[in-house]
Amino acid sequence: MKFKITDAILLMPTLFFIVSCQSDESLEFKRYYSIGAEVYQARCQNCHGANGQGLSALIPPLTDSVYLKNNKTSLPCYIRSGLKGAIIVNGKTFDDAMPAAGLSSMQIAQVLTYVGNSFGNKIGTINQDQVEADLKNCK
Amino acid sequence: MRKLILGFLIITVWSACKSNSGTKMPLPIFGSREPVSKTVDGKTVVDTIYQTIPKFKFVNQYGDSISNKSLDGDIYVADFFFTTCPSICPIMARNMLKVYDTYKSNGNFKIISHSIDPKHDSVLVLKKYADKLGVTGNTWWFLQGKKEDTYAIAEKSYLVAVKSDSAAAGGYVHAGYFVLVDKQKRIRGAYDGTDPKQVDQLIEDIKTLQAEPDENIVQ
Repeated sequence: MKFKITDAILLMPTLFFIVSCQSDESLEFKRYYSIGAEVYQARCQNCHGANGQGLSALIPPLTDSVYLKNNKTSLPCYIRSGLKGAIIVNGKTFDDAMPAAGLSSMQIAQVLTYVGNSFGNKIGTINQDQVEADLKNCK
Repeated sequence: MRKLILGFLIITVWSACKSNSGTKMPLPIFGSREPVSKTVDGKTVVDTIYQTIPKFKFVNQYGDSISNKSLDGDIYVADFFFTTCPSICPIMARNMLKVYDTYKSNGNFKIISHSIDPKHDSVLVLKKYADKLGVTGNTWWFLQGKKEDTYAIAEKSYLVAVKSDSAAAGGYVHAGYFVLVDKQKRIRGAYDGTDPKQVDQLIEDIKTLQAEPDENIVQ
């Protein structure tokens, strides 16, 4: 017992150092990303796959960083209301409908942060404020 | 339902036995069975009649009529799906593609995917779905027909639960089983089509079934 207490006292400054080293920004990213991973598994993975690989010509992969970047402000609308009509991802056309995911603006932000920074993408944090602003401009 | 539970039990017990023994065991035979006595060379012998998949008639993605006869001499895997299914079907399709890719150039092997939503899944819709999935040729058929025929064969013959339910995502609930049928049309295995590990087992079991001697064929 004595050993454990001394251990903890010794460890404390180190822990404090590590925590204080992380900026608020990176903490926010981690929070969004880790919950986003759970949202993805529960609501997106069935179709888009564990590695965002999609399914043949039926379901688009989530690995096209250029598509994600070019459509960044529309992505929240697609997730909220679903998507119909043809889109081009990784140079291939996909024209099947995606159903609405029924997620809250927070969950949309989390899952977009996860997808936008997985599968070879590096888009940074997409936070709730951005998502809510984008949702107001949905067509 | 009781049959389904029984099937589960058999699979559980069987897979438990299997992992303990190193030797390859023959695949179990599912369904009901009845003994029949017949006379061979003046002696009475008891033979067993196993439950088999009965006659059926559906249409595939090419508009061709497909019956039980079209699968004579084939080992095949059957499942139930619908093209607009948002829940488990994409995972099942992803996993079935693995089975397809493993055995597509193999003779005497087929996959049949029955649509449980024939109203939407016309021949044209099924053809488009197959094309997009990358399925060509005659190894994997997407079948449609009368809804009641499909539901009846699912529940009574393949022992898979299927039903319409407006509360479920996409309007149907169905169990994502891949059912393995041998050349004598007997059920030899049922695998959760959403579980990659069980699908790997299916791929393994097809090989075991292919190695079974043909002299067993009675029907």
